[in-house]
Amino acid sequence: MTHTSRLAVLLAAVLLLGAVGAVAVLRAADRSGSRDRQQAGGPAVHAGSVSLRPGADRRLLVRNLAWGPHRDEIASVPAGRPQGPRTASGVKCLRFHAAAGTAICLQAEHGALEDTYRAVVLDAHLHELHRFPAAGIPTRARVSPSGHRVAWTVFVSGDSYAGTNFSTRTAIVDTRTWAIDDNLERYAVVKDGRPYHASDINVWGVTFADDTRFYATLATGGRTYLVRGDAAARTLTTLHRNVECPSLSPDGTRIAYKKRAPGASPDAPWRLYVLDLRTMAETATAEHRNIDDQALWADDATLVYALPGDYGSDLWTVPANGSGAARRLMTSAVAPAYVR
Amino acid sequence: MYLADSRNGTTRETSGTAAAAPGSIRPGRRAAVPGTVLALGAVSLITDVSAEMITAVLPLYVVTALGLSPLGFGLLDGINNGVGALVRLAGGHLADGGGRRHKVVAGLGYGLSAVCKPLLLVAHGLPVISAVLAADRTGKGLRTAPRDAMISLATRPEHRGRAFGVHRAMDTTGALLGPLAAFAVLRATVDGYDAVFTVSGCVAALGVLVLVLFVPGRAGGADTAPAAARPALRDSLALLRRPALRRLTLCAALLGLTTVSDSFLYLLLQRELGVPAHLFPLLPLGTAAVFLLLAVPLGALADRIGRRRLFLAGHVALLLAYGLVLSPLGGAPAVVAVLVLHGAFYAATDGVLAAATAGVVPAGHQGAGQALVGTGQALARFVCSLAFGAAWSLWDARAALAVTAAGLAVSAVVVARVLRTTEGTPEESDDDRRTGNEVSG
Repeated sequence: MTHTSRLAVLLAAVLLLGAVGAVAVLRAADRSGSRDRQQAGGPAVHAGSVSLRPGADRRLLVRNLAWGPHRDEIASVPAGRPQGPRTASGVKCLRFHAAAGTAICLQAEHGALEDTYRAVVLDAHLHELHRFPAAGIPTRARVSPSGHRVAWTVFVSGDSYAGTNFSTRTAIVDTRTWAIDDNLERYAVVKDGRPYHASDINVWGVTFADDTRFYATLATGGRTYLVRGDAAARTLTTLHRNVECPSLSPDGTRIAYKKRAPGASPDAPWRLYVLDLRTMAETATAEHRNIDDQALWADDATLVYALPGDYGSDLWTVPANGSGAARRLMTSAVAPAYVR
Repeated sequence: MYLADSRNGTTRETSGTAAAAPGSIRPGRRAAVPGTVLALGAVSLITDVSAEMITAVLPLYVVTALGLSPLGFGLLDGINNGVGALVRLAGGHLADGGGRRHKVVAGLGYGLSAVCKPLLLVAHGLPVISAVLAADRTGKGLRTAPRDAMISLATRPEHRGRAFGVHRAMDTTGALLGPLAAFAVLRATVDGYDAVFTVSGCVAALGVLVLVLFVPGRAGGADTAPAAARPALRDSLALLRRPALRRLTLCAALLGLTTVSDSFLYLLLQRELGVPAHLFPLLPLGTAAVFLLLAVPLGALADRIGRRRLFLAGHVALLLAYGLVLSPLGGAPAVVAVLVLHGAFYAATDGVLAAATAGVVPAGHQGAGQALVGTGQALARFVCSLAFGAAWSLWDARAALAVTAAGLAVSAVVVARVLRTTEGTPEESDDDRRTGNEVSG
């Protein structure tokens, strides 16, 4: 082949491949049109004010995933009518939690060069109080019962070609002093009664007992553990094996969590369990599908969690004592929090 | 962020030759970087844009689009490393058949990786995604040795350091551009991961096409023609009977045993020098930027002062970086200094090892030679990772690094002695003489 014909072939290929790429990008860009239209048959969503202040009714706050102008905004529904119309706050969050008039909202910031993330602490009117840069993709967020502590977990991706080593970073913030502990992996670990060091420690999924004590997942050596954390002593102590994304019941006696079920497919390994902290007895819930969420306690007897749905995810509910059956609570929603 | 993490080098062209005749290097400046090298550099650049587009968005895709937790995703990495080493050896060996074989095997490797990109469009579970990534890495393993062999064969021996430097700089440029391209596509679309995968596939296909069209089939010209008979596997393995290659492989492996992986180093930086968690993603960019800036000048320097000397100096830079991490210093200046030293380490060792390898392997076995040295080093680094993780568990991070630093210091001294005593071996003098001839002719 002559030099000229090579260049001609290259030019033709650049045009062809460029066209294929351009079509793919344009088609994906066109989705914004359909996403901005209100979802047919979806829940009614209207803009309004959303407050964390105690009101007459108990409310459920979620990240609204229904297509339309309020997608991704934190929206409120009456706790008794979760399928009813939603009031959208205008505040967009990827992950959200609230308690005692304080909320934590994990957001993406779409920069010109790449996405960055931040953790924003909000007041009872969902106004920003303070923000922190976050190291990676948001996954879990929790506020302590008093509202004086918030915690979040992000994924940090591997740094090598076709690398698949992901790790987590979990931070805890004191909302009165804004002091941040940006990596719980630096806490002293006591595993099976002994001090423990390892390079592969990952900590995620904090759930607060009070402003000092919390529970979380610790992973090392290919295993996961439920740990009890002490933010004052800066320690993590293992309590139980095979526990991920713990969630402490309001009465502080039980932990709902995802357990890697023996014999489950590696594609869908987790089932929703409840651990009694006094007896360490595990109870399987009646939800038999794969769960990848940090469950929320609606009350001392009921769990709420997200499962994949038509528009991202839906919220489901199941009794915590293993009885009953799983039931869909609301469609097109994720990251729930109850506000009294 | 991609850093060439499994190649690295021992300096071959001894301090002796090139340094002893500095005046003779004048001619041939223009031809220092042949068209083949530039073409292969362009292929690597384009392919890395494609690959890093995926790397940059994959975690986001897995977490936000698929709603999966990617922890435990890396369980296959260990297996991949082992398979990758075998594939690389096979790729190097198969490529040494004379004729167009280097190009064909490299093309298969690039092609396999290119096919993997659109496959991500239909992969919706972690096991399938892991399998696609493993195939992608297999393609990378397959093409690395033949590509380096083509660079060696296309370049006059006295300019190989610079040629490999140019190639690595282009490669790293692609790695830095990839994430920018990916996020540009995401910005222009709504959840446009499918568009990212499609564009990445198109870019990868373009890379293969540039290889097919612009990289000559017979990189070495007359050099490879006599070796037209395909070497038997035995011949490839017999390369290790060549003392110079054996020494180079051993030295690369010895130093590789004390080279802490990038991810460990960044973790240490975060813990020991107090890098805030949110700046963590920038650390690999720092190393890559320094690598990019220094790859060509240090490659050219290697041609002048000797590749072994520079290879060793690169490891001294790494040792200094370890020292800084262990020192009581902290704060931004210390972090920047560590990243500069780390990038300089790559620039002084990565392409330089390939250039050094080229000098101790006969033309007909360039692929297998590159594969042997590269694989030896990669496996040593893998062993280092396992040992480092174990040491961290046994003591703690500082102690593990202190022991590794001591090991690196000892290895460097041993390697310095081994390489100095071998300066005058007949085999290498032979190569050196050839170098000298070409320089003067």
